[in-house]
Amino acid sequence: MKFLDEYREGPAAAQLARSIRRTARHPWTLMEVCGGQTHTIVKSGLVDLLPPDITLVHGPGCPVCVTPVELIDKAIAIAARPETIFCSFGDMLRVPGSSKSLLDVKASGADVRIVYSPLDAVKLARGNPSREVVFFAVGFETTAPANAMAVWQAEREGIHNFSILVAHVLVPPAMEAILSSPNCRIHAFLAAGHVCTVMGWEEYEPIARRWQVPIIVTGFEPLDLLEGVQMAVAQLEQGRAEVENQYRRAVRREGNRPAQQRIAEVFEIGPRKWRGIGEIPASGLRLRERYRAFDAEERFPIGIGPVEESSECIAGLVLQGLKKPFECPAFGTRCTPESPLGAPMVSSEGACAAYYLYGRRPHEGSESELPSAAPGR
Amino acid sequence: MKEVNLSCPVPRPADDFIVLAHGGGGKLTNQLIERVFLPAFGCPALDARHDGAVLNLNGLRLAFTTDSYVVRPLVFPGGNIGDLAVNGTVNDLAMCGARPLYMSAGFILEEGLPMDLLRSIVASMRIAAERAGVQLVTGDTKVVDKGKGDGVFVNTAGIGTVETSLQIGPAAVRAGDAIIVSGDLGAHGVAILSVRESLEFEAPIESDTAPLWAPVEVLLQARIEVHCLRDLTRGGLASAVNEIATAAHMGMEITESALPVREPVRGACEILGLDPMYVANEGRFVVFVPERDADRAVELLRGFSVSKDATRVGRVVEAHAGVVTLASRIGGHRVLDMLSGEQLPRIC
Amino acid sequence: MCLAVPGKVVSVVEEEGLNFRRGKVDFGGVLKEVCLAYTPEAAVGDYVLVHVGFSLSIVDEAEAQKIFETLREMEQLEELEGP
Repeated sequence: MKFLDEYREGPAAAQLARSIRRTARHPWTLMEVCGGQTHTIVKSGLVDLLPPDITLVHGPGCPVCVTPVELIDKAIAIAARPETIFCSFGDMLRVPGSSKSLLDVKASGADVRIVYSPLDAVKLARGNPSREVVFFAVGFETTAPANAMAVWQAEREGIHNFSILVAHVLVPPAMEAILSSPNCRIHAFLAAGHVCTVMGWEEYEPIARRWQVPIIVTGFEPLDLLEGVQMAVAQLEQGRAEVENQYRRAVRREGNRPAQQRIAEVFEIGPRKWRGIGEIPASGLRLRERYRAFDAEERFPIGIGPVEESSECIAGLVLQGLKKPFECPAFGTRCTPESPLGAPMVSSEGACAAYYLYGRRPHEGSESELPSAAPGR
Repeated sequence: MKEVNLSCPVPRPADDFIVLAHGGGGKLTNQLIERVFLPAFGCPALDARHDGAVLNLNGLRLAFTTDSYVVRPLVFPGGNIGDLAVNGTVNDLAMCGARPLYMSAGFILEEGLPMDLLRSIVASMRIAAERAGVQLVTGDTKVVDKGKGDGVFVNTAGIGTVETSLQIGPAAVRAGDAIIVSGDLGAHGVAILSVRESLEFEAPIESDTAPLWAPVEVLLQARIEVHCLRDLTRGGLASAVNEIATAAHMGMEITESALPVREPVRGACEILGLDPMYVANEGRFVVFVPERDADRAVELLRGFSVSKDATRVGRVVEAHAGVVTLASRIGGHRVLDMLSGEQLPRIC
Repeated sequence: MCLAVPGKVVSVVEEEGLNFRRGKVDFGGVLKEVCLAYTPEAAVGDYVLVHVGFSLSIVDEAEAQKIFETLREMEQLEELEGP
């Protein structure tokens, strides 16, 4: 497949790895922001190609992991209503709320459907006028244009039995929250390439300056990530702190203007609570006044009970890159993908699931038996 | 700046009630077998955890298997539930090294099922049975209220004769064995999804449902020392290899660049965020043979259209017993775990 | 958020105005209908990055090649520097 296969070639990867090895003279810690990047790193065993002094930390770029418990509980309450068809991306279905997940409530008979695109949900609403179709609008800026268009089209066409439960989060405030934490040890960021196809990278320039961190807009294939690491390390060794674009084939500095316009028309910025981190001001999107009628939270005023919190899950520390999953006492024992204690174990690229599938089964004993399952990285 | 708020839910245990993932062919299915069925029914035949039971009947080795078919949609590119029912039963027997001879079919029909649809399913079964050389000798029919079934459920049982003295199963797997897959991966799962997700293909992807006794028979007749056979169904290649690794308590290594996947199947998996190693097949199997027999086994398999793309994809190793690892295209390594729950399409 | 896949535009439907601009995109043999409203210049033959049924960016083929040029130069340098 063009523009995919070429970026997965072994010899080219080895070459980039050699280049990184030549460039790196000091230990550096890099954070890749996006869950999809984590997924590639883990699936391809990319860490094996890096010199031991370069550490990759997985950031909170998994919207699944950072969607607050209350919103999952609300989603479940809405889905359980007999008149609703609750639509969601597959990613969200297994994430635990206070006591259950959307998959659980589907098992109990609720009409929960996986859709590929928010327009599929609008289509369902069109075809089922007597039902209330609700779409779980989770995601970073990448998904916002699609959700904005869905609401925009529904309004134009007068489809009133459609609403969205908004859980949109923005990347730059999250990065700043991580950088401002006193325990932050991140030297450079690999920024989320697909977020930047929409938003461009202008908004990262002040962050790079203020915190003196290189920020590399990076793609999602193994060669992209390796080149991104290479560019970050080169900047660090040279004492620079700039925004650079590795994902040149897809990202322009100004991003996608039509998409940004549609987002700005339908959504506005507001505060949002991040699971495991807490509330970050101006870090989320909500529907503007004109489109508030499509807000599922307003259409279905749900009173949910007290939110159950467990103290065992250290999702917050993991999501900020402060701890590795295997440093959690519950990892792999009380907390596994089948019975997760927290979202990072459920999401396909939540850091904990990634580690679980990639390397660590503590009860199986010595990690040295497994090829390069190097927890120290 | 911000206090870290640890925010985790109380987990819901996976064993309060049955969830769809229990049928997914992965971890939860195996847990269900281990926690509910084996304790009740455990006996040597069941404990072997193989596709079918091989029983000794007055010196005759008989293979006996059962299966149920609940696929939705009932009809898909390349076949229907009837094809799956016959081929699936035949293949379970073939995986024991047994010549499939007779099968039964029990139908649970939902009130309101169009008669024409039933006729076409039954016609497919007749054709599939002829092709596989198996006779459908007994059956049963029940009808349930509208809404209590998915149109048609089929349960089958199959009997065959084991014509080799080899003990084929995970216990025979040895370090150094080559792991060979009989053909390209993921076609059946994608064919099903193409209906559910309205995917269009330039050339339609058809299910790979097919009977597999012929290539297995040839391997046995050529005196290839077949250690283990398993057909790939739900959970895909990754689940099958993991099951064998666990049952055999051996480590295994798979080489990603060796895996045969056709481009449109790859394309469908890419856009849905699925991994072809976990996608269902219905006419593919994996075979474990000693290294010295591997090249010959691949050559023999390639002589059949159903296994023309047979290829070596990995090997059994001494290290990391029970764990399957993957050598990635870029030279990294990772654990290739069993499917955890159902594989759901993702966007992230 | 993450999963955007490159595919080739094989047909475009524009009659209903920009906001409903859509087309068929080919992903290695799989054709999917995609909303092209956010890439108004995308034409048949272009590659676009598609996320949840929307094209977000046209792939710049010239830029896509650059990494391979860099790698070729690296290889030549490595050969010059010797083992």
